[in-house]
Formats: sequence, C-alpha cells, structure tokens
Amino acid sequence: MPSVSETAPVLAKETGGPAVRVEHVSVTYRTTFERMPTFKNALVRFGRGERAVKEVHAVRDVSFEIDHGTTIGIIGANGAGKSTLMRTIAGILPPTSGRIEVHGRVSTLLALGVGFNPALSGRENVVLGGLAAGLTRKEIQQRYEQIAEFAELGEFIDMPMRTYSSGMYSRLAFSVAVHMDPDILLVDEALSAGDAHFKQKAAAKMHELVGQARTMFLVSHALASIKDLCTDAIWLHNGQLMMRGKPGDVVDAYNRFLKVGEGAFTLEDL
Amino acid sequence: MTATRLDEDFTSSVHVYEPHRAGLPRLGPYLRELWRRRAFASELSRTTMRAANTTTVFGQLWLVINPLLLAAVYFVLVTILRGGDSDGDFFAYLVAGLFAFYFVSGAISTGAASVVGGGKLLLNTSFPRLLLPLSAVRTAFGRFLPTLVIYMPIHLALGLPWRWTMLLAVGFLAMMVVFATGMAMIFATAQVYFRDTASFLPYFIRIWLYLSPILWYPVQVPDEIKDFMILNPLYPMIGGWSELLRGDEIPQVSWWVAGTLWAVAAFVAGSLFFMSREREFAVRL
Repeated sequence: MPSVSETAPVLAKETGGPAVRVEHVSVTYRTTFERMPTFKNALVRFGRGERAVKEVHAVRDVSFEIDHGTTIGIIGANGAGKSTLMRTIAGILPPTSGRIEVHGRVSTLLALGVGFNPALSGRENVVLGGLAAGLTRKEIQQRYEQIAEFAELGEFIDMPMRTYSSGMYSRLAFSVAVHMDPDILLVDEALSAGDAHFKQKAAAKMHELVGQARTMFLVSHALASIKDLCTDAIWLHNGQLMMRGKPGDVVDAYNRFLKVGEGAFTLEDL
Repeated sequence: MTATRLDEDFTSSVHVYEPHRAGLPRLGPYLRELWRRRAFASELSRTTMRAANTTTVFGQLWLVINPLLLAAVYFVLVTILRGGDSDGDFFAYLVAGLFAFYFVSGAISTGAASVVGGGKLLLNTSFPRLLLPLSAVRTAFGRFLPTLVIYMPIHLALGLPWRWTMLLAVGFLAMMVVFATGMAMIFATAQVYFRDTASFLPYFIRIWLYLSPILWYPVQVPDEIKDFMILNPLYPMIGGWSELLRGDEIPQVSWWVAGTLWAVAAFVAGSLFFMSREREFAVRL
C-alpha cells in the first residue's frame, strides 16, 4: 500500500528531530460570549459603546518537545487549556505567539466527536471525514472495512447517524481516528461513552498503536489510564505548563495539588 | 530552526504553525491543498443533495416543479399588471431568467450556511475552509442543471428560433458561477460573525429578484435610471443570459465587460475576505 501514511513516518524520522516541538506557544483568542452573535446585537452594543469580545488566555507560554514513539498524557483541571493545546497541535487553532512544528500525519479524536452530519449514514460520514482529513477515496476504501468492523455497528453503519446512541457515535469516531494510520494521534477524552467491552478493545488498540512506535497525545481525567498507557506526562494549569515528567510523578504532584487522594478518579477509566 | 522548516500548509509530513491572526495564508500551499481535497467538496455536495431530497414526497422532481410553478405564478402576475399583454416570448425569457436567478440565490444562501453548518467538522479537522462554500456552489449548480433541461422543451414548444448564438449564453452563465462563488464566500464569512445574516438574506434576495431583468425587459427601464442599472451585477448577467438563450441578438459589449468585472471583483474580494478570516472560525462557532 504505497500511501502517504507509509512514507511520512520514515521522512519524519530521518530528520532526527522530535515528532512535535512546541516553542513558547500562547493561544489567546478573542471570542464573543453572546449565545448568538447577531448584527442587531452588534448595532445595539455599538450604540452603547460596549464591546462583547472577550480575550481568553487559553494557553500561556508553553514549550515542550515530544519524540517519536512517545505516548504522552496531558492532565489538568477543566479549563486548563488541554483541548486548546490539542487543537493547536492539530492545526485547527493558530497560536497567538510561539511556534509549533509537527512531523508526521496527525489524526485527531477530539472531545466534540468527529465532524459527523447526523442526516447522513455512518458510511457517508466516514468517507466525508476521511476526504476532509486529506485521504484519497482509494485510501478510505482500503480502510473502510476495518473501520466498520472495529466499530461493531452492524447494519447501523448504513443508517443515518441521528439514529445512533452516544456509545455508537464514539465507537465510530474512535475507530475512524485509529484506522487513519496516523503518525501522531491526538485523543481528547473521546472514550467516555463507550461500554466496558469497547473500552477494553479501545485500550488494547491503543496499546497496539503505542507498540508500533506511534506518537500519541492522550488527554484524560482517568489518571490510572495515564499511568498505565503513557511514557511521559504533562500537567497544565490555567494554560501554563506546571510539570513534565514520568506519568507517576506528574499524577502524584497533580493529586497533591488538588489535595485529593487516588480515590477521586476511580469512577472513570480512560 | 531545523532544516525541515516548511511553512504552514496541510501536507501530511511536516507542519509548522505560527501566529497569524488576520493575514492571508501562503497562497501556494493553500491552493495546492484546496485542489488536492476537491473530492471532499464534491462528495459533501453530493451527499447533501441526496440527504435533502429523500425527505420530500417528490424528491428530485421537486427541484424542477418548484421553479416551474414560480415561473407560472410570475407570468400570470406580470400579465395581469400589463393588462393582458404577454406572449410566449416573454414566458421563455421569464423562465430562463428565473432559473438563473435561483441558481445564484441558491448558491448564496447555501454558501452562507456552509461554514456555520459545518460545525464539528471545523472544530476537529484541519482543512482549507474554502472547500465549504465551494461545495455549496456546486450543490446549487447541481440543482440548476435539471431546470436548464426543462427550458429546452419550453423553447421548442413556443416555436422560438434555434441559433448558434444561444451557445454564447454559456459566457454569462460562467460569470454567474464566478460571481455566485464570490458572494457565497462573502456571506459564509459574514454569517460566522453575524448569525442573523441568514434571516435578512431572504429579503435581500427578494428585492434583488425584482431589481433584476427577470420580470421585465432591460429595454423597459426608464431612461432616468438606466445608468444606475449597471450597479446591479445581475443586470448584465441575467439580461445577457436570458436574451441569448431565447435566441435574441448578441448583447452589447458593455454587458460582457460589466458582467465580467463584477464576477471577478466578487470572486477576488470574497476569496480574500474568506481566507483572511478562516482561521478564526474555530473559535467563533
């Protein structure tokens, strides 16, 4: 299968550099807090001399390097900037300052699910998502059977996605992300809706990917999974890099910081 | 800096992301990637059309029935207003103009909704966003083609002449495609910032319909306002299209020039505006 995905990791490794290099990256975005930004509201605000645009400092001066083959866990409280950092590495959000270098094909499994249109069937969505991610029709066809099989959707794969349960949704999303043959996989709390059986299967698949010397970013509140899967960990707080080190050490420091024991996270896995 | 320093693009091996808030992306890599992912735009358009037509009783047929009914209603209306003075020639002219107008307005309104409706795909995947309005224009064009086929039997039934000059109408159609693409990109961007664009757009389009040479002939325009008519981009485009398609003489040079200028201006302005803003879309949705 002479595809881009096979040549890419070789290319990236030959350069000898890290898989991902993040240099002094800050992400500040200006966004409106209106529920619906409308022209009418803009006029009203202009009349009152107000501004609705607020600045959010989501990530502040974060620097790190990740080598190929690393599985890195990213932990931190809600709103720490974990998802923003993932989006920046994926190239969806531009950094406000700093620089990010990514070597290899990136596949994302981000918190909001995959870009699925609920009116279309699972099959159509897989094709659309793959094309958007830059795969050719042929490459998608080659992967399609594996994706459908892994997601275990049966006949639902040809039904509109509005008929799916949230578990089926996340199973398909996970299956698409891991079968894109990524060099770098970004996973952001995407497995919360799968059942125990699928979680085991997903964890096994992730171990397999780790074994193939892929680079993986894993954002999770499931600290046990971070310790189990990752070889490296980063702790973000309020957009700042608090600590980088062995997963066990980082998780311990994070727990001490939160003043909670190990027990606080046992309800979740992955 | 390492030796692998390429500039930001969407290629699969090395990416570098650096700050850029309002500036344009580097056009070379951007356009290359846009072209590489054109299959996505056409697939999106195809599936959208399929999904939209499965829920109605008449399905695909509705694409033809709807504009035909509208043409019939407008024909009756104009005939009454003129005191019964309408002929077959006018019906052909009306149908040709109306179908073309619905292509342009359809491209603008589906284009306007394309980015905001793209939702999660935009939040989770990095791709040239320009594919979304382009896909919307393709959808509108796909809906326009069957109506063009419907025009032919009407032309035949009314006994209108078949001339080689009818082929020149393609020139005006090309202007409309380019113009509609530019407008779709402008309104797609506008709708990200102002969601009520979608609600005022129908009024805007309705007024535009009455100001365009569809329900009236360009020669009927009073001399006092004739000079202002060129300010309506659709005046030369639809006027030229309908007259040529109906088998009339080749329109004056000024229409060709004005139509082309408007189309190119809309396309350039729309694409620059869209590309300079598209990286902000992810935080504005």
